Amino acid sequence: MQCERCHQAKATVHITDTVPEKTERHLCENCAESEGVIVKHHHPTTNEVLQQFLKHKAATSGADDITCPKCAMTFNDFQLKGQLGCPHDYTVFREFLLPLIERAHEGQVRHIGKVPKTAAATVHRQTDLVRLRRELREAVAGENYEQAAQVRDQIRMLEDA
Amino acid sequence: MNLDDLTRSTGEWLRGEGPLSDVVVSSRIRLARNLAERPFLTTASESDQTEIYRCLANDVTAASDDDAMFVDLNEADPVDRDFLVERNLISRQHASGSGSRGVSISARETRSLMINEEDHLRIQGLRSGFQLETIWEEVNRADDAISDSLSFAFDSQLGYLTACPTNVGTGIRVSVMLHLPGLRLTKEIERVARAARDMHLAVRGLQGEGTEAVGDLYQLSNQTTLGKTEAEIIDAFSTSIIPRIVEYERAARDTLAKKQPVRLDDKIWRAYGLLSNARRIASGETHTLLSPLRMGIFMGRFSKFDVKRWNELFLFTQPAHLQKVHGVSMGERERAIARADYLRDRLGDD
Repeated sequence: MQCERCHQAKATVHITDTVPEKTERHLCENCAESEGVIVKHHHPTTNEVLQQFLKHKAATSGADDITCPKCAMTFNDFQLKGQLGCPHDYTVFREFLLPLIERAHEGQVRHIGKVPKTAAATVHRQTDLVRLRRELREAVAGENYEQAAQVRDQIRMLEDA
Repeated sequence: MNLDDLTRSTGEWLRGEGPLSDVVVSSRIRLARNLAERPFLTTASESDQTEIYRCLANDVTAASDDDAMFVDLNEADPVDRDFLVERNLISRQHASGSGSRGVSISARETRSLMINEEDHLRIQGLRSGFQLETIWEEVNRADDAISDSLSFAFDSQLGYLTACPTNVGTGIRVSVMLHLPGLRLTKEIERVARAARDMHLAVRGLQGEGTEAVGDLYQLSNQTTLGKTEAEIIDAFSTSIIPRIVEYERAARDTLAKKQPVRLDDKIWRAYGLLSNARRIASGETHTLLSPLRMGIFMGRFSKFDVKRWNELFLFTQPAHLQKVHGVSMGERERAIARADYLRDRLGDD
């Protein structure tokens, strides 16, 4: 079925009005949006999130004076370049970077993926625990109790170790 | 092995084989890594950059197979650098960068290790068709081998640290290149692209960031790199995203074949007519015309040549490949003529 407004695209939005009398309308997504029938969500890309953050100085007031002792980068430099100066910047600017990191990564601020073999045993354990606790929450929420019990046992083993 | 050896083949990612290859052209995984205790390239001095390069070049060579090839990009000819971009072995940014930088390429071009791109090291695995699991195994193994003798910047909360905070955590970028002519012809492509963006994926053209989708080739990649395991990120592609898009594209092709067979065949054969008769032709037009032929091959509506030949045509008509094969540097006009000559030679009745 064609859109009754532009007569070009396929009608995918179908509206039935019952008041004052029963009428039907068939619109394509674009026409439905321009008539205000539907609202399209626009998810900003990670790059857009970054650009917004870099331009929006107010959110990071107080960070201007901080300079990394290792690479001499200031937070202002980061906002101009969009890239950090050295790994230590993540420690120096952490509190100002976390809101950006959170927005760029669907609200997450904790790594649960691969840990280098050479990292300390405690880092491996902590990362595993964070991951398993999240798995436990998800299993309970999904009512997969058998799986939840298994994950819980794994967590206990790690906590006792 | 040297660069000229590569001009005799199409490279792994364009073999045209592998699972779902009617729609999935190739799959790729990249890991971003940086050396601990060294500045990122943003603030690295020339000597810092050279030091990082030396350190990684040694280590990367030691961790690579004997038949791997190492290219010093700072020394390399610009055409050679573009040639590597066209083969997806380095990024456009890596090619146009400055200072000490290089790449190690495995014999079958399935793996490339880029030194001093945006991060100190980018470990890339690339294969034809849909093969993310195989690639992850290879990339993960390479990461382990390289980190045996040096340590990467890693934070217990934020994971692997990268120059740009948007890559922090796993540092993983999974990209799948899709050929979606059916969805474009049925005008559903925007809807699919929007759905992909809603799933926090980036949708781009052939050569990554900021490039247009030429020849109906779209690259889908993850944007979130933190708070998920590598396996979860890969799994989302393998179990839901890609199979669904493949299904949509196949359905679109079926619809076209059923409802508009003449329009479809006209697209295919008209494109073939132009490609095999043109006297000069630009790279963009070539790729636009090649697109319906690839679809025609997989739909059984075009049998003048197979997908292997298609891949050859696709790759060798790109600017740097044309110049590599001819062994001379050519301007845009000369290339357009050389490209048309190449196409007529390859497409002429055997």
